[in-house]
Parts: sequence; structure tokens; C-alpha cells
Amino acid sequence: MSARRLPEGGRIDRSALLQLTFDGRSIEAYPGDTLASALLAADEAIIARSFKYHRPRGIVAAGVEEPNALVQLRSGARTEPNTRATTLEAYSGLNATGQNAWPSLKFDLQSVNRHLSPFFGAGFYYKTFMGPFKGTGFWMTCEKFIRKAAGMGKGDHSPDPDSYQTSNAFCDLLVIGAGPAGLAAALAAGENGDRILLIEQDHELGGSLLSNPVGGQSDTWLAEMRARLTALDNVKILTRTTVFGAYDSDVYGAVERLWDHVETVPPHQHRQIFWQIRAKRAVMATGAIERHLAFGHNDLPGVMLASGVRSYLNRYAVLAGRSIVVMTNNDSAYGAAIELAQAGASVTLADLRRTPPDGLSKRLDAAGGTVLAGHGVLCALGRKRVSGAQIAPLDERGQSCGAARKVDCDVIAVSGGWSPVLNLWSHRQKKPVFDESAWCFKPSADALPTLTPVGSAVAAGTLQNTIADGAKAGAVKGVMPDLASDNPDADHWVRDISPVWRITGANGKTTGKAFVDMQHDVAVSDIELAHREGYVSVEHLKRYTTTGMATDQGKLSNMPALARMAELLGSSIPEVGTTTFRPPFTPTTVGALAANDAGHHFAPTRRSALHDWHVENGAKIMQAGLWLRPWYYPDSGEDLDAAYRREASHVRDHVGMVDVSTLGKIQVQGPDVAEFLNRIYVNGWKTLQVGRIRYGLMLREDGIVLDDGATARLGEHEYFMTTTTANAAKVLALAEQLLQTEWRDLKVHVTSVTDQWAAMAVAGPNARDVLASAFETVDLSAEALPNNHFVKAIIDGIQCRIHRMSFSGELAYEVYAPAKFGYHLWAQIMAHGATYDIRPYGMESMGTLRIEKGHVAGPELDGRTTLHDIGLEGMASSKKPFVGSVLRNRPRLADKTRPTLVGLEIQGDTGAKSGSILYDMTGSTDNHGLGWVSSTTYSPALGKYIALGFLAEGRERHGQQVRVIDFLGTGTQTATVTSPHFFDPKGVRQNG
Amino acid sequence: MIRLNCPVCGLRDETEFTYLGDATARRPKMDETDPKPWVDFVFFRDNPRGSHKEYWHHVLGCRQWLIVERDTVSHDISSSSLAKDVSA
Amino acid sequence: MARYSAFSIFKNALGGNRGWPRAWRDPVAKPQYDVIIVGGGGHGLATAYYLAKEHDIHNVAVIERGWLGGGNTGRNTTIVRSNYMLPGNTMFYERSMRLWENLSQDLNFNVMMSQRGQFHLGHSPAQMDGLRRRGNIMRAHGIDGELIDRAEVQRRLPYLDYSENARFPIVGALYQGRAGTARHDAVAWGYARAADRLGVDIIQQCEVLGYLWDNDRIVGVQTTKGDIRAPKVGLAVAGNTTVLAEKAGVRLPIETHALQAFVTEPIKPFIDNVVSFGAAHFYISQSDKGGLVLGGDLDGYNSYAQRGGLPIVNHTMAAAKSLVPAISRQRLLRHWAGAMDMTMDGSPIIAKLPVEGLYLNGGWCYGGFKATPAGGWCFAWTIAKDEPHKDNAEFTLSRFEQGYQIDEKAHGPQANLQ
Repeated sequence: MSARRLPEGGRIDRSALLQLTFDGRSIEAYPGDTLASALLAADEAIIARSFKYHRPRGIVAAGVEEPNALVQLRSGARTEPNTRATTLEAYSGLNATGQNAWPSLKFDLQSVNRHLSPFFGAGFYYKTFMGPFKGTGFWMTCEKFIRKAAGMGKGDHSPDPDSYQTSNAFCDLLVIGAGPAGLAAALAAGENGDRILLIEQDHELGGSLLSNPVGGQSDTWLAEMRARLTALDNVKILTRTTVFGAYDSDVYGAVERLWDHVETVPPHQHRQIFWQIRAKRAVMATGAIERHLAFGHNDLPGVMLASGVRSYLNRYAVLAGRSIVVMTNNDSAYGAAIELAQAGASVTLADLRRTPPDGLSKRLDAAGGTVLAGHGVLCALGRKRVSGAQIAPLDERGQSCGAARKVDCDVIAVSGGWSPVLNLWSHRQKKPVFDESAWCFKPSADALPTLTPVGSAVAAGTLQNTIADGAKAGAVKGVMPDLASDNPDADHWVRDISPVWRITGANGKTTGKAFVDMQHDVAVSDIELAHREGYVSVEHLKRYTTTGMATDQGKLSNMPALARMAELLGSSIPEVGTTTFRPPFTPTTVGALAANDAGHHFAPTRRSALHDWHVENGAKIMQAGLWLRPWYYPDSGEDLDAAYRREASHVRDHVGMVDVSTLGKIQVQGPDVAEFLNRIYVNGWKTLQVGRIRYGLMLREDGIVLDDGATARLGEHEYFMTTTTANAAKVLALAEQLLQTEWRDLKVHVTSVTDQWAAMAVAGPNARDVLASAFETVDLSAEALPNNHFVKAIIDGIQCRIHRMSFSGELAYEVYAPAKFGYHLWAQIMAHGATYDIRPYGMESMGTLRIEKGHVAGPELDGRTTLHDIGLEGMASSKKPFVGSVLRNRPRLADKTRPTLVGLEIQGDTGAKSGSILYDMTGSTDNHGLGWVSSTTYSPALGKYIALGFLAEGRERHGQQVRVIDFLGTGTQTATVTSPHFFDPKGVRQNG
Repeated sequence: MIRLNCPVCGLRDETEFTYLGDATARRPKMDETDPKPWVDFVFFRDNPRGSHKEYWHHVLGCRQWLIVERDTVSHDISSSSLAKDVSA
Repeated sequence: MARYSAFSIFKNALGGNRGWPRAWRDPVAKPQYDVIIVGGGGHGLATAYYLAKEHDIHNVAVIERGWLGGGNTGRNTTIVRSNYMLPGNTMFYERSMRLWENLSQDLNFNVMMSQRGQFHLGHSPAQMDGLRRRGNIMRAHGIDGELIDRAEVQRRLPYLDYSENARFPIVGALYQGRAGTARHDAVAWGYARAADRLGVDIIQQCEVLGYLWDNDRIVGVQTTKGDIRAPKVGLAVAGNTTVLAEKAGVRLPIETHALQAFVTEPIKPFIDNVVSFGAAHFYISQSDKGGLVLGGDLDGYNSYAQRGGLPIVNHTMAAAKSLVPAISRQRLLRHWAGAMDMTMDGSPIIAKLPVEGLYLNGGWCYGGFKATPAGGWCFAWTIAKDEPHKDNAEFTLSRFEQGYQIDEKAHGPQANLQ
């Protein structure tokens, strides 16, 4: 037993005891503990196994920078691999297990890897596993094993049972971090009346003061700050919330962990909230993270950051060891050493500097500790945890210059100085500057006018400076309560740092493996190997060795790696530069970032005004873009095939009605509409009279067919345009673009009215009778309402329009009614139509009817076809220019050998598949063929399987036979090429 | 997240807008029959590294087309105006 | 130059790994080369390699502004596939696939080409028709492809969302078994090492400032390390193609956009294949290290920033969870962006440019990584022979005025919609 809970102190609630389970063992904790502090109090040494060598690893730190102590949290669908024990609040019932170890953490068979480490150096996998033969087989066999060995914790394949939500915040000032600087900024600005959002990743406000209480005075200060802040209505405080990224336009992303500190999320609560914060400005009070040093076996459980050891002592009342060696290259670890000694540990401080600070040395001495000036730890001793340290006198480069001796200890606490947390700064693509005196990268002043870094994040010298800078960043006139600074411990920033990163023996080499990136097992020797092989840029180093790419994203490893690299290159750290930090600051739950936009809410669902009728009447529903549409209406026992054939026949023989409300509808108004239509449609519009309808086709600017639809002239200056369902938004946007940016002389206004109108097509020989019965006062005779005319009509007081036009090739009408009356109107027509045997029909049979007629739709207007390709080049006016009129004639588009629309009569008694390829009856098929099948159906009217397709020189091939090949399924069929107008090519029925 | 200042609706998130790109490209006159200027207009756009004049469409707002000047590296926006108010 | 093998690893391990030589030299640029390739990414390095290997042109310099492989080569989601259907691109991508299949042995560098198979999902009958056409074109060309229905997708990928909650139900998929992933950095390094071994000079930290001219012909480049001459200069500078072409007075149908990529914390094997969502621009695979690699959509506006915005983060994570509901509890580790050269039809340009002496390999849109071997191979051919190979014959600059847009996605000339 070496680590233990002290009988008093800490910020834990000793009145309650929590039972946790780690690796099947019961662990006690108090509210206020983290899993790590509880594990440490229970003297659990091995918490995890490393990624590559499966070396035993213990707790290193007490915060987000922890590289080792990752656990598998919870089980089943709620399991979370790679959970950092150091930031996981203890809760009753917490159940965690070790990961990446088999059969157990304490005895892991794969730890044999550590003995193979000479073979597993940086990039070894690039040099082998290629196999004796060509192809990828050998690698893929090896890869199976490699993948199983890699990967840390385990994911579960069950859907996440918890829910997440997004929330939007707006504020004058966002304060990130509630340490002394952040609290000062928030209070100063808050008392100035600004709207403040103060965000803290911990569950408690206070930041560094929670772990370094500055002789107890800080608690009073913290209490006052909290009281004054919570008294302000204009200050909103979010704890357990991490600002994970800084984005353009001063937008920040944050995730609030509402219920990760309990066993299960309470009913009707979201687990986490994704905050999108729009701030006028922000204060970055994100603090600093202590750095590790490189020395032999510096990854052994028991080697910890000095700040971590200090935090466990002060915040959690856990003394990490009885006998502690502290090694530091700066002043900051003295505070830890003194407090540890005062708490009863035997403390030996090895100061890498020749001249330790006088005052601090005396204080440590007074507390019972020992200072060894100009000494360092060559290597940690012990097999599965620290049992001692090999300490030697060092020269100013950190190289041993005298006899080493063994000091028994159970913890080695290390301080390599501090690195400001500048991740958010870096997210805005700003390059940090190197501070020679604090020996760290920090944000450059004023590079971002709306993001002000303060406190330790800019290497502020003292606590007083930190608070003053924070207050000033919050509001110029902010006055803060005093936090007495006569205590030298309050100088919690590094002083007199000596740039030593690596402790070596007299031979200049580390005594045993010295790690820079613990989680990824990247050792100093790997950096040296990468250098030797020419991977000399900082990004190459990172990628070749994988340093900084583990779940801690290099929070500890960055500087030691850079320092070694700079040495090898013979250049300085700022010359080597640093890699770019990327969001998120700490790993962030995918579910939170998806918020409630996944699954059913991934995209909006559009339903027509008639949708309920379809559902009530047994329609099978299909997706069509964002819309839900009736696919077919099966009679009992019918499948899709039987239903669509029946529906299509019924329309041709009697009458049917189909919902066409999804068509795009655009109200086009103004004196210049005819000119506007003339420009965007290929055909002419100047002669269209009020009361008439015209079919139009439009092209994209590049001459490819964009869309088709009918436009009715409702009045002198008022038109009603329809588009295909798929292109409604595109056509409207194009119209608006042209009118607002190019054709500003045209007096035309366009408005989408898609959702305002319900529309239904009544088609079939009985269509006129049905509507005449429903709309008694309207004359629908062929003379009064010929094809391509419309008439206004009223039914039950509802103002409707009846457009006579046909997509099915039958006598047909489209009835338009205000959306809210659509259901009623549809039901009325169905009722009136009963006498005439009206039946609803769906998308599938609508497709059959239009294929029989050779009308093009989505599969033919696929974004690559020209007017000529679909056989409609005759519609293009030669008398006027229109959108795409010039570019449609580019040589390859005007090439007459391009595949053009044809009909295909499929021989045999199965249909062809859309997407089959067309080939000549003889010849090779190892090419793109002559064309492809775009739409297929069984034609009840013709009693055979037909299809539309595109065929090279198709018009010259009518009557010929081609092969229709579906390599993926039906194989080879034969088809006779025909005109695409299979049924009633003269249009007798629709004009009747 | 870019936030754009729509002259009609105020400061709004980029998610309310769609983008078209280069606003300096001039569409040839309707009666232009030479394909060259059309090919230039449709396919060849300015792609500067730095300040860029570009069209944005406030589709989930006022549906106005905007001309926005934005830096393509920093994403900072220096101006935005309604396309229909800007002289050609 | 030491050969990499299990034996060399063993031998070097015994020697404390002190015997490994540099993977490539760090030469001083010569004043004159036969060919200069601007851009030390995958495509540029591959081009240099194939110039030397296939065309016996060894006096080649690759000039890189930063560090090799530092652009999109090291930023992409590493997917390799050859499921293209238009005349002009089908066989190009299949050539690439065939080069990938033997690339590790060819380069003597394990690029970890893993043919774990790719599922391209379809969510409506119409989408399945489109996939059938694509699959049929593949099969006609001897490329593997398989159309599978919903039940079979569910059997093979049981962790996708087949519930009522799915906004876009899975109807089926087009599966290419030979598709997969490779290790992106290794591709750059492997080509660099192999090209170096064949005599190619790789000059890093050297920015091209302009061109050297002999009348209206380009005869070299001005760089931050001085003038370097060569009768042929090839550009392979994804993200900055228009900037460098502009310096030569060439205007290109290219816009630069930010495309984001994402990786989660590493977990034990969770997803074996590459899965592409059919209802949004999203795909997922798992790296050998265990991270789930997610590819999203363009941010939607011109950008050279190589960083992405929050809306696409949200959208991509929502797509991920919509496809694989269990991913919800995994954690996003890192997200970043690359600068994509988006052409106006979604297809690349590998061609001589209208300026004599200048050649272009660019405009890769989303798909440059998979094309690396064939892009280099065809570009080398085009430079060496002054005419395209048949596999890149349609990847011209003139196709826009000719009217042959190779528009696989059929979105027309608007880069942010592709």
C-alpha cells in the first residue's frame, strides 16, 4: 500500500460513500471524486495497457491531458470505450473495466510486445507485411491480426438509448474557463451589464484554485466570486461543458454533459446538449497543462505529473505515495513538493537546475523535504509500478555527469514546465508565438480582436496578473476582490525554467525506453529513428511516429517531441514549429454533435395535403426525395406488380385519380412575364393567351435539360408555373437569380406556391363525367375546355382551377385547390366518381402510363441529356435566345450519334431492368455499349414488357434488335427498338 | 460557421443561405451567339486566394441574392449587399 | 538503398535500428532537369516515379512548397474504389485500382492497401436503377460489382439502421469487393522513396513563385531556392491549381472548396468495410489503428482555409448516426479539412495546357486519393509522349467548350453541388 486517502481535507463530501466497480473489484469513492482519484485512493496502480507494447500504465495526470488512464465505462448499449478516468466524476454504481488487455490488466499476454519493441519501431509496418507475392492478400491476412490488436476499447453495435439536443446561444461575451482569469473576466463584464456566458468543463468553478488552493485563502475568494456571479441575471454559467472548437464568425461549439455523472440518464432528459454559441467576443481563460519529461521508463505506473499529484492531494485528499521523488526544470513543482511533505510524504526534489530557488528550497526543507540541485531521474525503477528512481547529477543539458544512486520511492512527480492551452486559438488558424522566457508556445497578442486569451493561457506570470488580466479582458473598469499574493505559492506560473527535456546517461542516451507519447508508445528512440530516415518536418514526425495522434491529441507529448526534434535538426523549437491543433479540444460524443438531427430527423419529411387520404385508404407509401408519395393502392392480396397493372389498366379503361400536389408551383407575376418565360424556356411564350396552358422545357446554362412543366396564364400579368417535384427548388432559385442579378430590367416577381396548392390529376375515358358530376356548373365539354386550357370552378365554396392536360395520354384534368381544402376536394371527387368507377392510382402506375406514352421523367432528365437526346429538339425556338441556347450547340452535345431516346419492346416474358446496358446483337460487350435502359414497365395496354432507353443513333434503329444486358442480374435479353411513343402515338385519346 | 449580414434580415447563419460563387462573372447578353463568352461565364470563374466577390442566396430567409465580399482564407466578410441594388 | 522486408527489420532491430538509411535524399536542386513536377503530394510523386520507371526519364525534380504529402494526400479519408460509369473515366479508375493492388510490392513500401470492400447504398428504387447502371458498366469492363438487396445488406452490415426511424430506408447496395482503403501518408512516402531511388530529386521547402519563359514557352520555374529549368513543367498542386495556372496566364474551370474529414477515438474492429450513404455525401470506414474515419460534404463556399465549419460537423455526425446508430456513443477525436479543386463537372484534368511546356494534373474534386497511381501514371505518359493515354484522353481542359462534361453526378457546372 502506498497511495492512500488522507483522513481529512480535499473537496470531497465525506458524508456519503459511493460504491464503484473497476475490473470487477469494488472501489469506494466520495462525491467529488473522479474515478481516477478513487482508483488512486484504492492504490490501483495499473489502470490501462498501452496501445502498441501493452505496457502497464497508471494515472499520470488529474485532468483532460491524461494519456494513460482510459477505461471502458458502462456496458451494453451504453458502453463508452476510452473514457478518461481523470475527468469522470464518480457516481454510485459506476462500472468500468480495463481495456486493451487480455486476459487481464495485471497479466496481459500481449505485453510480450514490449520485448519485441526493437522490431516495432516507428513505421515498422511500412517496411514489412507486403508478402512474397503480388496482390494485397498477404497484407490483408496480417492486417486482421493488427486490427484486433489495435483499437483500445470496444464499441457496442446497439443503437444509443440516450437522446441529445442542440441549443443555440447568443452572448456579448463568452468566457471559456472558470479559473481565476475566467471568473474575473466574467464578473467584470457581468457587472458591466453585458450578456455573459461562462463555460467550465469541470463540474465546479475555480480552475487551478481547486487543486492549488493558495494556502486556503482562495476558497474565500472563490466563494465571493461565485456569489457575485450567480447574483447576476445577465450571467449564464454552464459547468460540465466543454468548448470544443472555435469557428469562423466568432461561433463556438460546446457540449454540455448533463447526465454523465450519474448511472443512467433520468427519463425525458437529454444526455448531452450541443451548444452552438454566437459570441460578440470571447475570453479564452483555458489555463495551461504541465509537461512531462523524457527519461528511462518514464511510463511506469507511479510516474506522474507534479500537478497531478498536487491535485490529488489538495482536491481529493489522496496522497499518491509515501515516498515521492519530484523532478522539475522550473519552480512550479516546489509548491507540490512542499504540500506533499506537509501531508506526510517523504519528498526528494531533484531540480534539473544547478541553482534552485532559495526561498522555495528553504520552505521545502522546513517541511521536511530534500532538494538535490542539478540532479535528475535517469530512470524509474520497478516492474509494474515505481519502486525507486535512479538519480544522478546532471549537466545543464540533462546529461549525467556523476555517479547515479538509487532512491526508494513509490511516486515520481515530474514537471517539465507548462504549455498554455491554446487549442481554440489554433482552431482559428492562428500561429502561436514562442515565449523564450516561459519556454512555451502561446497566443500572440491581438491577433484575433474578438478572442482575448488571458491568464495561464498566455503564460501570465502570477496569480495577481492572471486575475487582473482577466478582469481587464472582461471590462476595462472591472475591480476584483483581492486574492492575497504574499504567499509565494501563488506564483503558480513557471519561473526560471531550464530548457531540459530529456535526462540521459553519460553516453547521451536515455537509460531505458523514454516515452514522449505514452498512449501511442512513441519513445525518444522513435523520434530519432524518424529523423534518421528523413522524416524531418514536424508533420512527418507526427505522422511517421504517430506522436500526438492518440486520444489526448498530444497535450503532453507535443513539446518533448518538438524539443528532441529541434536538437536533432540543430535548430530551435520555434524554427521547427508546432503542428496545428484541430477541434475538438477533447474527444466529443458523436451523438451530441449529431444532436437531434439523426434518424427520422435527418431530413425534413414532406407530405402532400392529401397524404392522410392515401394512408387511410391503404396506399403503400414511397420516398420521392423529401416527399412521401402513394406508391400503389393494393387490393387485398395484391403485390406491387398486380396492383400497378390493375391501376394502369383501370385508368385506360375507366378513370383514376392521382395526387400530383408535389409538383413545384411558382406564381409568376408582372408585366414582363412573357419575356421572362421566353428566356428561361426553350419554346416561345409571347402568344400564350389568358386561360391557356403551355408545356415548356428549360435548360441549364450549360445547355443540358433542366426541367419541364406546364405554365398557365391566369391573367394579364399573372402566370402559374409548374415544375417537376425534384427540381422545384432549383428552378425557383434560378429564376430568382436571373431576375435579381442579370435581368433586373424585367418587371417579374416569382413566389413559390407549392405548399399552397393541392393538385390531383383525374385521368381516363370517364374523367370528364366524373368532374362534370362534381363541378356541376362548369362546362367541361371538348369545345368549351379543349386540351391545354383551364377553367375556374367552385365546389362547396372552394375556388379551384381545372387544367385540362394529360401526362397519362388519356382524357385528363388536373384540379388545383387551396391546400387546406385538398383533402375535402379529393374525397368529393372520389365520391362523385364512384358512379364512374373511379380508383386512385399511385406513382408506379403513373410511371407505366407515362412510359407507354414515351413521356420523359426523372430517369430520362438525368442531368446529362440534351433536347435532342430526349427527342424534343423541335420544341426549341429558333427565333429567340433562351437559357442554354448557345451552349447546347457545343460540338459534343450536338453530335448526332449521341444516344437518343427510344422505345424498347422486350422479348420474352420478363421485363428488363432499368440500368441494363444496350449492345448490338453481335460483338463484344466489354465497353459502354450503345446506351442504356432508363425506365421499364409492363404495359397492360400493349400486353408486353416495354422500356425507355437511350441508344446511339436510336432514331435510325427503329425496328432493329438490340441486346439488353444486365450483368448484375437478369442477364441477356433481346429488345426491338421502337419509337418511344408506344401507345396512341397520335394522341387521339387525350384530345378527345 | 460563417455568419452573413443580410441587408434585409440582419446577421444570419450560413445554413440559411446557398452559395453560387464568383459574382464578378458577367453573363453575356441574351443575344450573344458566340459560345466563347458563354463557356467563360458558365465554367470559368475567379478563384482567388484572398478577397472574393460572390453570390449568396438567402433561401431560408428573404430569398434575396446577395453579393458578399469575403476572404477565402480567413473567411472574414467585408461587405454584403443586395445583388439587385448593385449596379452591373 | 536498403530494401524493406521482414528480414531487414530483423537485422536492423538487432543493430538497435541505427542502420536505417534516409527514405529519400534531401538534394540541392540542379539548375536543369528534363521535367519539373510542381507539387510533392501523391500525384506529383507518383508522376515522377512513373516518368522514371515507365518512360526512362530520370532527370526529374519534384518541387514542394512545404513538406511532401502535406496537402490532400495526408488529409483524405483514404478510400479506393473503381466504380465509375462514364466513357472517359471508367477505365481510368480501374487502371488505378490495378496499380493499387500491387503498389506495395512495386514501391517496396507497405501502403496498406486493404480491399475490404465498399457498399454504396441505395435508398429508393430510382437510386437502385442508377446503381444498377453503374454496376453494369463496371461488370462490362471486367470490374467487380454486385447488386445486393436490403436483406443481404442487412446480413452483411447488421449494424446499419433498418428500423422505422430511418429517414431514408436502405433499399439495397452496389458492392465492390476490390474497393477498400490504403494508408494515405504511406502512399506519398512510398512514391517519394521509390522515385528517389530512381534518381528523382525531391526538393522540399521550395515554393514556386513564377515561371521561366522562352518567348511564349515555359522553360522552368522561379522558386524561393532560385531558378530551375526544364523544358516541361507539370503541375500537381491540388488546392492551389488555379493560383499556379494563373501565373502562367491560364484560366481553369476550378473552384477551391473545403472538404471536411473526421476521425473518432480508436476502438476494436467495429466496421469492416467502407460504407457510403446514398442519401447524403457521407462515408465511413475504420482505420487499422481503430479510428472510425468519416467523410462529409463540402462546406459549400470557396475556401483555401483547410479548416471546416460547424454546420458540416453537425450534418456529418447526423449522417453517421443515421446510418450507424451505434456510433452515437463513440467520440469524435479530430476534424479537419482539405482544399479541393472542384471542377465544373466533377472530373479531373490531366492534359497539356494551352501554354507550351506546361502540363496539368488537377481538379480532383473529392476523389484524388484513389486516383493517385493512375493519375501519376497517365500524367507521366502525357508529359513523356506529349499526348494523353487513352485512359485520360477525355480529361482535357477543352471538354468544356467541346461539350463533353464528364459529369458522373449530373449536377452541372456548380462545384458546391457536386
